[in-house]
Amino acid sequence: MLVEIKVPALSESVSEATLLSWHKTAGEYVRRDENLIDLETDKVVLELPAPHAGKLAKIVMGDGATVKAGDVIALLDTDAKDEAIEEAPAKAAAVAAVEKPALSPAARKLAEEQGVQPEEVAGSGRGGRVTKEDVAARLEARPAAIEVRAVDMTPLLGERPEQRVPMTRLRQRVAERLVQAQSTAAILTTFNEVNMQPVMDLRAKYKDRFEKEHGVKLGFMSFFVKAAVKALKQFPIVNASVDGNDIVYHGYYDIGIAVGTERGLVVPILRNADQLSFAEIEAGIAEFGRKARDGKLTIEELSGGTFTLSNGGVFGSMLSTPILNPPQSAILGMHKTTERPVAENGQVVIRPMMYLALSYDHRIIDGREAVLSLVAIKEALEDPARLLLEV
Amino acid sequence: MEKLFDVAIIGAGPGGYVAAIRCGELGLDTVCIDDWKDEQDQPRLGGTCLNVGCIPSKALLESSEHYERAALHLGEHGIQVGSVDLDLPTMMARKEKIVQTLNQGIGQLFKKNQVAWLQGRARFAAANGSWTLEVESNGNPEPVSARHVIIATGSRPAELPFLPFDGGRVVDNVGALAFDAVPKRLGVVGAGVVALELGSVWRRLGSRVTVIEPHSFLHHADEQVAREALRQFKAQGLDIHADTTATGGKATKKQVTLTLKNASGERDEAFDKVLVAIGRRPNSENLGAEKVGLQVDARGFIPVDELCRTNLPNVWAVGDVVRGPMLAHKASDEGIMVAERIAGQATRVNYAAIPNVIYTHPEIAWVGETEQALKAAGREYRKASYPFAANGRALAAAEGAGFVKLLADARTDRLLGVHIIGPKASELISEAVVALEFSASSEDLARIVHAHPTLSEALRDAAMMLLSR
Repeated sequence: MLVEIKVPALSESVSEATLLSWHKTAGEYVRRDENLIDLETDKVVLELPAPHAGKLAKIVMGDGATVKAGDVIALLDTDAKDEAIEEAPAKAAAVAAVEKPALSPAARKLAEEQGVQPEEVAGSGRGGRVTKEDVAARLEARPAAIEVRAVDMTPLLGERPEQRVPMTRLRQRVAERLVQAQSTAAILTTFNEVNMQPVMDLRAKYKDRFEKEHGVKLGFMSFFVKAAVKALKQFPIVNASVDGNDIVYHGYYDIGIAVGTERGLVVPILRNADQLSFAEIEAGIAEFGRKARDGKLTIEELSGGTFTLSNGGVFGSMLSTPILNPPQSAILGMHKTTERPVAENGQVVIRPMMYLALSYDHRIIDGREAVLSLVAIKEALEDPARLLLEV
Repeated sequence: MEKLFDVAIIGAGPGGYVAAIRCGELGLDTVCIDDWKDEQDQPRLGGTCLNVGCIPSKALLESSEHYERAALHLGEHGIQVGSVDLDLPTMMARKEKIVQTLNQGIGQLFKKNQVAWLQGRARFAAANGSWTLEVESNGNPEPVSARHVIIATGSRPAELPFLPFDGGRVVDNVGALAFDAVPKRLGVVGAGVVALELGSVWRRLGSRVTVIEPHSFLHHADEQVAREALRQFKAQGLDIHADTTATGGKATKKQVTLTLKNASGERDEAFDKVLVAIGRRPNSENLGAEKVGLQVDARGFIPVDELCRTNLPNVWAVGDVVRGPMLAHKASDEGIMVAERIAGQATRVNYAAIPNVIYTHPEIAWVGETEQALKAAGREYRKASYPFAANGRALAAAEGAGFVKLLADARTDRLLGVHIIGPKASELISEAVVALEFSASSEDLARIVHAHPTLSEALRDAAMMLLSR
């Protein structure tokens, strides 16, 4: 029987995907659950496992094609039987089941660099071991895939190199959304500054006990999330979004945390942040960081959100005007904490200061709400006890 | 504008200098910052390993072994040498010369690969897209900026809380490599690599050496190997007290008294010198970690993933300052991995195939799992041990003590661990490491031709034993 291999339902906010590279060629036999192809959406890279064992009868859409959910990209013949695959398990059970193909160290490195699955290489070494030569031979046999490797722009002396690299889908989508935000919303930014001393003191005092108690480090982000949620509760319009001619008020607080990764900026969402403890927030953010680094964030974790925190301070930014993340209506920009002289009660004193920037959609948020909500964030951070007492 | 390096490396030990040279080879613009200085206040590359660790201890082990052989064992070869005299200053000078030769070698490799070398102490100062370090030498801080930073700051000896190092009677590895006379009574607290190697050196040169180990002896080695080692070392005259804790101590001008406690009670014992070798602590202080938000755990280690990435982008850490065994070769391979990763390659370190070596006599070396670990994991395995007493080459060299032990998966025959105690175990283990890296079965070892007569045949013969069972 011929089975259609279709692009799976992606998610409500993701409509298109790019076929990155087929791991199989037409006519090849596949095992059930073996990865057929990697799909790149504007948020994540997905693997598409084979639904049944069989022979890949036809590849309908080739590498690089843009596809939608439900598109047929290949045909799988489930009647075709591969003797090697059929017999192998029986034999393996009798002799010895090897968990994974055995690779030499150099073969392992080459395979990883070139995205070759060890399973697809026939090993020529002792006991079927995959050697460097085997991986190289497999590479030569493979049709040229799209280059998605990092660009080395270290110029040689005297050279003026230039290289044209297609934007990844993630980058394209980021670009599209930023331009969309700029052209539809009336973005305005209000600034304030916050004395970080109270939060730093509190953190210094309790960070060891906090880590012992909760098994996660007490960072600054949990304070900002808490302070932001407090302000959003006070000024619900800042947590709202525009839909046509309506304003949609959200009765929940899903806070996006912008994370820079090698593939580009991603904004995983901390759901129901109002119901999370400091420790849960810290743990959630740490988990996002790990997942973002390993490219393991799911579409669900990256969708939705009612407000965003963007911390340019980690890179040393002093001040910036963040762009909205539609359909959200506001975003808080955090920056680098620097010791600066400030006037306090008629005295010049040195304080660890951070500039805060709140960009907002002036279509629905008035200056008053924007400024007051930023002041509320500032005040909560300068007197963290308010977060506890909710005053 | 101030220069922006591709890579700045903090530390020039076996993690740092190897990473620096590899970065240089890969065409990365690299600076290596190190603050090691010798007694003459001269900067020295190579870190603990080269200056006060692996290399000088091997020099003294070799010299002291010659001394002992000449004094005790040449007779059985039919060689009479009369009286044998120890010239300690010459022995120490030879050690020092070897270290210097290698110091200069690293300097030349830096030059050849265009690695800039800065002397001073580096700390993180700022993050601004790249990383800015502040390098302080002689009180003058100088900024250094780089896209990537590799932290390779190493470790330092741990102290006994009640008996701090005094550089005279209570010493660490540095002191015990440079005694100006052979101590009559040497106490060694701890029974790890440093303790056993330096304890062996001074025993051979005439000290009465007492080793105090709070746990069972060599508890991280395979139990069968540990038992054999204990037997051999005791026969040589090392006075080893396992399951004994030093609970107190006092150093006076004349001697050091240690209070030793074990199951049968507490007693005091006096020594002329005490070597404290109870482990090492990571050097993560004064790095400016707080300033940039670099994570450091409660014990001072910098948390990293299997690719040596810290919590900060483009900040890496390798060697003793991160998780895993504190071994020079582990640090070096992590350094190479990070250098190649920065250059866009997909290098990995196989942490399951890092060899461990103790350069005592007989030498001890192993790679992979110990038998007790396999048992604890409930893994089914088969094993075989082959004694050097049945190996022709070993007997010819009067080195028949010890054995080779293989552990293989009961079902697949894949090699899981190889443990050697015996002559040149440090060299023999490499074959086992290669075998593990290539996922070899024990039968693979048995089916590879080994030259005869060689010590390496013992590995093959152990594999044959496993095969014939």
